[in-house]
Amino acid sequence: MRHLLSTRDLGRDEAIAILDVAEDMADAADREVRKLPALRGKTVVNLFFEDSTRTRISFEAAAKRLSADVINFSAKGSSVSKGESLKDTAQTLAAIGADAVVIRHGASGAPLVLAENGWADSNGISAAIINAGDGTHEHPTQALLDAFTMRRRLHGRGSRGRALDGVSVTIVGDILHSRVARSNVWLLSTLGAEVTLVAPATLLPVGVRDWPADVTYDLDEALDAIPDVVMMLRIQSERMHAAYFPNAREYSRQWGLGDDRLSRLATDSIVMHPGPMNRGLEISSGAADSPRSTVLEQVANGVSVRMAVLYLALSGQRDVAESSITHGPSVTNAGSNR
Amino acid sequence: MPARIVLQQADITRALTRISHEILESVREGDRLVILGIPTRGTVLADRIAATIRSVSDHPVDLGTLDVTMYRDDLDRNPTRAPSPTQMPSGGIDGAVVVLVDDVLYSGRTIRAALDALQAIGRPRSVRLAALVDRGHRELPIRPDFVGKNLPSSRTERINVHLAEIDGDEFVSIDGGTE
Repeated sequence: MRHLLSTRDLGRDEAIAILDVAEDMADAADREVRKLPALRGKTVVNLFFEDSTRTRISFEAAAKRLSADVINFSAKGSSVSKGESLKDTAQTLAAIGADAVVIRHGASGAPLVLAENGWADSNGISAAIINAGDGTHEHPTQALLDAFTMRRRLHGRGSRGRALDGVSVTIVGDILHSRVARSNVWLLSTLGAEVTLVAPATLLPVGVRDWPADVTYDLDEALDAIPDVVMMLRIQSERMHAAYFPNAREYSRQWGLGDDRLSRLATDSIVMHPGPMNRGLEISSGAADSPRSTVLEQVANGVSVRMAVLYLALSGQRDVAESSITHGPSVTNAGSNR
Repeated sequence: MPARIVLQQADITRALTRISHEILESVREGDRLVILGIPTRGTVLADRIAATIRSVSDHPVDLGTLDVTMYRDDLDRNPTRAPSPTQMPSGGIDGAVVVLVDDVLYSGRTIRAALDALQAIGRPRSVRLAALVDRGHRELPIRPDFVGKNLPSSRTERINVHLAEIDGDEFVSIDGGTE
């Protein structure tokens, strides 16, 4: 894996391989010494043009647990506020010598532009570009950690090597602006899950009928099908520039997961939220704090998944493009070249 | 040059039985013995050694798997390796006599990585090393305590270890060697 820009171009085996490596990373977190030396001497730059706490901290923790050096960059208080372009910022980072650039940007496609133009490359070695959320496009590591969380809850210890075939997932909320929803739709359908999207008609994007998911406006109807997973999305007040719904109370009544709707779920179904939560709006405190809620597990799993992504993107010979993953010592070559 | 078989299945079994007895002789009454296999084939060998020790003695034996991928010094020189699971016995390894088991001992770099990996998990009282084949060409000051077969080889030769559990058939062969 050279870059991680989108879950849309992840194959099923590749996605499962990332989740399996994340299992190994999660195991390492239980050890006496949590740090792994795998990325010693590598530099990871967190390039954040949009505000974020959990994603940035999660990537920072992941890189540090792999012994990489981390440089945090946020647009506020940087030369970006003086009008520096993405290209110049990226080239500055390249001059410092970044092996990976974790980028969050308000414009959809900004990570792809970085990856395609190689602005962050230095000394002939291409920097790995990891998309940490771009506009309303994608947030692939969030989808990977969501899939990882589902797999662990559903399959427990026997998660390794398994997909999510037949798992029903209902995603509720602002699909229009949600990069989390998009990344999840592509990844979950690749892994064999059945996705249903629930939103007011005003918060569904054009062309949603072509996505590999069912679409409905009615949350109660979707809950009647007893989904295995209910994923609530945040109402992004910073993107609510038009009258998408009458008011917060109306939204909460129609599309919020309150205590009565929570009680209708199966006992082993799980409630997910990518955070930060608007308690009382899209999710009630009862639902957020119930044993079905995986909100904090998602945060913890996020570090393991991001460690896996950084490890797979940064280890191995990187001048050899698109190097494939090999499993341990190769079968015919046991011991002979170690 | 075609592959030459150097150990047949019966030879491998005999070597492992001998190693098991040597390990037993080396531990004292009351020592906690932990056998750790290094994936992939070291795990299988560790299973067999632990089973043999259990069948001939009532000295308690714990079994585990130690993946060393993240501790290797050649991660940048090879295609990306996916790690394997590490499984430690429930009692951990603190204060135990740990025996690392690998199939082929060559440069010693895998074992160096294993020693680093062990350090992140706990502090054993001592660490020993068992290898089915020692082919020489050490690049680090590391030596085995228990060896199935010493196999002087040239660097250009390949040693192939096949074990029934993984490969279906079982032998150790050597091929290549023409410069």
